[in-house]
Amino acid sequence: MKKIIFALATTAAVLGFSAQASAQEKAKVCFVYVGSKTDGGWTQAHDIGRQELETALADKIETQFLENVPEGPDAERAIERLARSGCGLIFTTSFGFMDQTVKVAAKFPDVKFEHATGYKAAPNVATYNSRFYEGRYISGQIAGKMSTKGVAGYIASFPIPEVVQGINAFLLGARSVNPDFKIKVVWANTWFDPGKEADAAKALIDQGVDILTQHTDTTAPMQVAAERGIKAFGQASDMIKAGPETQLTAIVDTWAPYYIKRTQAFLDGKWETTSSWDGLKDGILTMAPYTNMPDDVKAMAEETQKKIESGELKPFTGPINKQDGTEWLAAGVSSDDGTLLGMNFYVEGVDDKLPQ
Amino acid sequence: MRIELEKRPKISTLFSILSPFIALILTIIAGAIMFMLLGKNPLDALYSFFVEPLLEVWSLHELAIKAAPLILIAVGLSVCYRSNNWNIGAEGQFIMGAIAGSILPVVFYEWHSPLVLPLMLLMGMLGGALYAGIPAFLKAHLNTNEILTSLMLVYVAQLFLDWLVRGPWRNPDGMNFPETRTFAAEAILPELLSSGRTHWGFVFAILAAILVWFMMRYTLKGLEISVLGQSERAGRFAGFSSRKMIWFSMMLSGACAGLAGIAEVSGAIQQLRPVISPGYGFTAIIVAFLGRLNPLGIIAAGLVLALTYLGGEAAQLSIGVSEKVTRVFQGLLLFFVLSCDTLIHYKIRVIWSKLGGTAVDGGH
Repeated sequence: MKKIIFALATTAAVLGFSAQASAQEKAKVCFVYVGSKTDGGWTQAHDIGRQELETALADKIETQFLENVPEGPDAERAIERLARSGCGLIFTTSFGFMDQTVKVAAKFPDVKFEHATGYKAAPNVATYNSRFYEGRYISGQIAGKMSTKGVAGYIASFPIPEVVQGINAFLLGARSVNPDFKIKVVWANTWFDPGKEADAAKALIDQGVDILTQHTDTTAPMQVAAERGIKAFGQASDMIKAGPETQLTAIVDTWAPYYIKRTQAFLDGKWETTSSWDGLKDGILTMAPYTNMPDDVKAMAEETQKKIESGELKPFTGPINKQDGTEWLAAGVSSDDGTLLGMNFYVEGVDDKLPQ
Repeated sequence: MRIELEKRPKISTLFSILSPFIALILTIIAGAIMFMLLGKNPLDALYSFFVEPLLEVWSLHELAIKAAPLILIAVGLSVCYRSNNWNIGAEGQFIMGAIAGSILPVVFYEWHSPLVLPLMLLMGMLGGALYAGIPAFLKAHLNTNEILTSLMLVYVAQLFLDWLVRGPWRNPDGMNFPETRTFAAEAILPELLSSGRTHWGFVFAILAAILVWFMMRYTLKGLEISVLGQSERAGRFAGFSSRKMIWFSMMLSGACAGLAGIAEVSGAIQQLRPVISPGYGFTAIIVAFLGRLNPLGIIAAGLVLALTYLGGEAAQLSIGVSEKVTRVFQGLLLFFVLSCDTLIHYKIRVIWSKLGGTAVDGGH
């Protein structure tokens, strides 16, 4: 018995030692995921970013992650665990981790934190986000050309500004080619629930939409669209495998350039808190290959993408009216970022009442 | 060939006590085999799963936070189960307690007073007790099966909470996210020590366990619970009312679950969200049985179950296995506890139908 205890103790000591030794050699960069790293959507996109980061800076850093972390008290423990285990830079990749990130950050002033899509910053908490709506404008334009009925179904998650921006941008894009275009919105009230998302997709198709787009994270709606023989847009990751003949394009989150840039700054000792909101031109989002569409539609999409990248086209540029018909932006005026970040109204033409 | 369970004439006291420990050891062995199949060193894996979370002070705090609701709910359930009332709906009572307790900080958020917190706790207990009163009423007066009614009321409670946080109680400053206002400082259950996040919920759990243990052992009520649980008829001859016992045990366990709910919300979450419990009310059923329905045993069992949650996270980081391992360990533990218990009461008899089958049967 004594021998066993001794063996256990030795193992423990060796383990503890080896963990410490490697921590001194390389900086640790850590990630907290809300979903599974193979969800085919949001979390997978972050995990691909992590893997590319690890490859790019292989000799200087190692990475770790915790997946399927529920928002709430469990998130606080998960983030604290990472901070205590020697992570120097921690990315928390869900809006719902905001308060927990700020709380833990206050306890660990020497650790740097980056919170995705939130709005609360601190000297050691930066926030980062992506102009997903640029991609949604392009999707909307494609939908405007491809839909024969002129009605798209939109599976939305939560009525927060980021999602409202997406709905508005999609409609503006569609109306730029088909002024009578309509969208129907279903609020799934979840980011990740294959069952609910599939139900929402079916309900929308039964209501007569002939094109589907989603702001939720699983491939379920894409699969439903494929079964019912209509076209759809992927979200967060390229979902072409779920619908080889269904996906028109997908808004692909490509976090790697941002992760590499920020980690490099951290290694150089130049990390500072920022509130970053990059777009297509910075490579933080890309469009999956334009497929399953005629060449002229593809050419139009590519041209719009170029215009957005060059800054020639800004999706939220007047004349745009709000849903109730009052003027929001006069002709030629572009919205400022502040209004977009707090967006809680629809533009004219959205056939839905925004949950308030 | 056929396998039969045969009731043992006498139950071994020694093995009744040892059974949970044997189950724990078997779980660890099965876990080691699982880690080996996953290609991990089983010693490293078990170390990071069961030992690592116990080595640091902050982690012990997290253990207490996770164990507190499990212990508190399980203690209440033990009274129910001992008296032969099968309350499966502690999860719903937990949620209703949390909702009732949150009325003050969410609806009357402008009322600041040191009375807020004690009132919240009382309302939490009341909310849970009243909600458990529904299946109690149905059983006592309409002879309804409380297993079904209490379980189904869980879903009602979950949907009610969901509706509240998306509708009337939604935080006006919360960017439309489905959550309520965050509680003001006087509505938050204070932390116990400066070294970590453990709040008073853990104290409530331990106190409840000691009080129930005392009641079961030294009071007439305790005797009444055991007698009615073992034989309702005998209880009636002794002058005990089984109808009153239904009310008493269900309301008591409802109050415990409700207190756990408001303590979790006020101490750890500090607002209501669509989901406030990772299934504490159901996991507590495992805890109650692992603790052999003994309040002091339940304290230990609650800590072990809490350790599986923390261990899953630690193992994910240090050896890179999926967090699903936690679920697997909880399942293994329950499986071995139940099978050990079965083997205490029964012995296995293998009956060979071809060879000497008649001889064995002839033994009867």
